[in-house]
Amino acid sequence: MINFLNQHGSELIIKTWEQIYISALALFLGILVAVPLGIILTRYEKTAKYVMSISSMLQTIPSLALLTLMIPIFGIGKLPAIVALFIYSLLPILRNTYIGMNKVNKNLIDAAKGLGMTTAQSIFKVEIPMAMPIIMAGIRLSAVYVISWSTLASYIGAGGLGDFIFNGLNLYNPALIIGGTIPVSILAILTDYLLGKFEKKVTPVTKSGVKK
Amino acid sequence: MSTAKDTAQEIVSFRNVAKKYRGGSVGVENINVTIKEGEFVCFIGTSGSGKTTTMRMINRMIDPSKGKITFKGHNIRHYDPVKLRRTIGYVIQNNGLMPHMTIQENITLVPKLLKWPQEKMDKKAHELIKLADLPESFLDRYPAELSGGQQQRIGVVRALAADQDLILMDEPFGALDPITRDDLQELIKHLQEELGKTIVFVTHDMDEALKLATHIVIMDSGHVIQDDTPDNILQHPANDFVKDLLGEERLLQAQQNTLSVSDIMSTNPAKITLGKSLAEAIRTMSLRHVDYLLVTDDDNKLKGYIDLETINERYSKDASVSDIYNRTRMKFKKDSYLRDTSEKILKQGYKYVPIVDKDNYLIGTVTRASLVNIIYDAIWGKEELDNPDEIKLPASIAKGSDKS
Repeated sequence: MINFLNQHGSELIIKTWEQIYISALALFLGILVAVPLGIILTRYEKTAKYVMSISSMLQTIPSLALLTLMIPIFGIGKLPAIVALFIYSLLPILRNTYIGMNKVNKNLIDAAKGLGMTTAQSIFKVEIPMAMPIIMAGIRLSAVYVISWSTLASYIGAGGLGDFIFNGLNLYNPALIIGGTIPVSILAILTDYLLGKFEKKVTPVTKSGVKK
Repeated sequence: MSTAKDTAQEIVSFRNVAKKYRGGSVGVENINVTIKEGEFVCFIGTSGSGKTTTMRMINRMIDPSKGKITFKGHNIRHYDPVKLRRTIGYVIQNNGLMPHMTIQENITLVPKLLKWPQEKMDKKAHELIKLADLPESFLDRYPAELSGGQQQRIGVVRALAADQDLILMDEPFGALDPITRDDLQELIKHLQEELGKTIVFVTHDMDEALKLATHIVIMDSGHVIQDDTPDNILQHPANDFVKDLLGEERLLQAQQNTLSVSDIMSTNPAKITLGKSLAEAIRTMSLRHVDYLLVTDDDNKLKGYIDLETINERYSKDASVSDIYNRTRMKFKKDSYLRDTSEKILKQGYKYVPIVDKDNYLIGTVTRASLVNIIYDAIWGKEELDNPDEIKLPASIAKGSDKS
């Protein structure tokens, strides 16, 4: 272990950073697109069906295949990896946002409108806060997916902890495989934990005496 | 509108309003209703009758496809829908409180949208929680921590937070137990009667409508069937649908409650004029099979009564009715309600009471027998009276009558 760290320590830090960088960017873009899209889709029921099936279809493409499919378009490196992972992150976030917004009690939306809230006020003050737990569940799921799948991104030259694992496989060096895998798992678990904390913070309080 | 009979200003009017949905299905059609300030209007009908649709058109939750709706004299199309809704209170079933806002935030939701200063909102919240008859400590709680009835109390007072004059209520108490519902009905009746709010109330519960409303609009499959005061609807149901909606029992009860004595009196009372002789009086009594006569003057003004007992005691050949008649003890004006008079007759043991018009002219009598008929109807229902065969006699009597 100490040996491994001595030998690969600095590399490990760089690769972990790359992994974080790729996944975070992909996830961030995913949230940026999927949450607003999910909200908009609740206003267009018919379009929603098509968009949902398209994004479900994208999800069925094997991850390795999707990554390689990006090469003709974006070449190799970080960009195609980020784009591919972004596509993967879309579905869970989109679906949960859509379901979460649709599951908001229709009575509340009716009350909000009837009391004189504008559509934007209703969305930001009532619907999003109410849908927050479900939207966050989608984001957490996507985050874990993206972090573990970004390991494969090394295959198309994006770097990251996948480099350790693929090198380990090629050289038949278990130390490298484990050394790459453990940080990925830790990263995924840690991210999920932190997002869980964040979820608590953004989920609206509905009982008095509960501190954020 | 110059046609308004009362001094009350109209606040909402529907003129030939229709709503057609995409695909051609008709929501409502040909709605012409005028709502005056201070009224408690109930829209009542079965589900799908268009009552909720009609109500929701007032604050532009639904826009009519045809016709004109005015609010305070102006076509509602000329209002910005968001601003219009902020000036009209809105209460829905299952309260519609925001679970993530405290009671105070919920109450002051509309004032906040209107950007009131904080102190004014605080003051309003305290004022309204008192009106809802709930402790001020509730202001910091969340809706989930209140009972269903308490939540709906908040839902009701929230509709007043920005001093709205008109409040729309869509079956607000449908989900509450009967006792809680009674309490809340009293609360909103108070809002209408004491605070002068105009309330438009949608319900399918006829008891609720009759209890609260000053003006009932009965709807069926998108049309207004009857638009009148509760009393008039009970007395003159427009058609069989309204009768069904009211129910046999209520109609009979209503009859008792709203019938005036002149509706059931006999118009041919046994009577005699002052100048007649006592012999004549006795003859009239035996002809009419009664032991009393009402005494009138020649113009048919009621003077009093004379009965067999008095004649017996004070009979003399030359005496006339005017010598011995008794001044009348009890009489009713012809338009007094039966509900106010029947008890007096029954409890005080009068066999009959003369009915007079406003100038004291005798126009009829109400006898114990006529009252008994009404009560009989109310208890047994009219049907059985029409079909006397169906009245079940106790077994012993039935047997006896078979033999004979």
